[in-house]
Amino acid sequence: MSLTSDDVKRVAKLARLGLTEAETTETLAQLNSILELVDQMQQIDTHGVAPLAHPLELKQTLRADAVTETDQREKFQAIAPQADAGLYLVPRVVE
Amino acid sequence: MSQITDLSFSELKKALGDRTLSSVDITNAFLDRIETLNPTLNAFITITHDEAMQAAKEADAAISNGTATAYTGLPIAHKDLFCTDGTLTTCGSKILSNFVAPYDAHVVSQCKNAGLVSLGKLNMDEFAMGSSNENSYYGPVKNPWDTTRVPGGSSGGSAAAVAAQLTPLATATDTGGSIRQPAAFTGTSGLKPTYGRVSRFGMIAYASSLDQGGLIAHTAEDVAHGLGLIAGHDSRDSTSANQPVPDYTETLNDSLKGKVIGIPKQFFDDRLDSRMRHAMDDVLEVFKSLGATTIEVSLDHVAEAIPAYYVIAPAEASANLSRFDGVRFGYRADSPADLMDLYERSRGEGFGSEVKRRILIGTYALSEGYYDAYYKKAQQIRRLIRDDFNRALSSCDLLFGPTTPSTAFVLGEKTADPVAMYLEDIYTVATNMAGLPGGSFQAPLIDGLPTGYQLTGRAFGESMILNAAHQVQLATDWHTLRPEGV
Repeated sequence: MSLTSDDVKRVAKLARLGLTEAETTETLAQLNSILELVDQMQQIDTHGVAPLAHPLELKQTLRADAVTETDQREKFQAIAPQADAGLYLVPRVVE
Repeated sequence: MSQITDLSFSELKKALGDRTLSSVDITNAFLDRIETLNPTLNAFITITHDEAMQAAKEADAAISNGTATAYTGLPIAHKDLFCTDGTLTTCGSKILSNFVAPYDAHVVSQCKNAGLVSLGKLNMDEFAMGSSNENSYYGPVKNPWDTTRVPGGSSGGSAAAVAAQLTPLATATDTGGSIRQPAAFTGTSGLKPTYGRVSRFGMIAYASSLDQGGLIAHTAEDVAHGLGLIAGHDSRDSTSANQPVPDYTETLNDSLKGKVIGIPKQFFDDRLDSRMRHAMDDVLEVFKSLGATTIEVSLDHVAEAIPAYYVIAPAEASANLSRFDGVRFGYRADSPADLMDLYERSRGEGFGSEVKRRILIGTYALSEGYYDAYYKKAQQIRRLIRDDFNRALSSCDLLFGPTTPSTAFVLGEKTADPVAMYLEDIYTVATNMAGLPGGSFQAPLIDGLPTGYQLTGRAFGESMILNAAHQVQLATDWHTLRPEGV
């Protein structure tokens, strides 16, 4: 499978990743060489093999549904690009 | 007496215990050496000079008044992807160039609680993506053995700092070889523990099902001390294993008589460089002289580990890195026109090219219509790889092989070809896919440059790896060689 430059633009949009024209061109060739490497997987017969998500297949542990975090809003918002009155500010979304 | 910075972590521990050195003496010595050598090596992104001196004074006070732990006052430095409360934590990226973490990673707080003195934050490939440390926004790290060469990656700062004696112990992380490959390139000892052995809380995520925190030091004994401090269950990481933590130093001197070392035939095929083969044969001779025997084993699917890794890791990365959006922390592009522009430009300007490639590959692999061909297929291969390892390790105690195909390569040699860089991790990636512990330890030099051999153990079998490596280190001097001229 080989990507086109439109594919790269579509995927970049999905990833919310701004690419310049030059980056798109350069990336296209590199992504295709990576996909060529990845396509070596197709040589392996995996019929009937269950996918492995956790290497040790340990069970997910659950904890009691109790509040354990304290309110640290001021500390966290002190490092925000733009915050005011406890809110994170972004460009207007709804006109 | 040798200089303070010549001493290993274990030797410094003894000197502090005997009160022949104070924490202030030790901390001063390492900070001075960092100041002298870091401009050349670029191993540290942030040097926490004042905090370290303050912590050293407090450590000496604790030692005098009897409230110290066995480790109080000893130096460490942290890879810059472990969050450190109040200290810049960049993960090697522009997008976190202004990120002062608001909390400590579990690994960092464990070290702090034990009284260790942190010297600063270590350089790395951006978001731990790379095998040469050339993907750092803060510039490449130089290999102390030859500053025209890379130190390996992604934990290149950790490995170079230990090799150059800027710190006796460094934290590091390993997703596909990022502890073991730089350890091999710099003549240090590095351990990637079993998946789940060390909490990932506060470790900035790359590929969550593969990432694991560990350590780089001069010796297996040093790593054993460090691992005891950072291993263990942590309820804040739901994949952290609830398994008892043994005293890793207690079994270091166990005999290797009767232990069986498995030699995966795929690691020793015709493609292996003949000088590397000789170096590995030298190490195997030592194991045999210590009473271990060897058998050939097979890891049938190990060749597919790299292709499958370059689906799983980017797929997980594309999800993990979506949190860097210019809204709540980190870099934000100037004057965004609207919310989409804010996301796209903050990420487009904030991430480097390798990170962008992996986000794109991962997003593509997970996009509609491609899941079965990529992510599911890769996870199926992952099971085959894991089963191969378990089968091999049922007939032997440890698996043995080279850590890397060659010695450290020259800066710039592989930057133009991402796939060539990916193949650097050909011997290390499969261990992460299987979730098993793996260590790289010093083998004989080739043309004056370090090499490493790799030991892979059963799940939670870190003790056996460290025991075996320690026994080799008692019988050889490869781990005592240091780079000249730095």
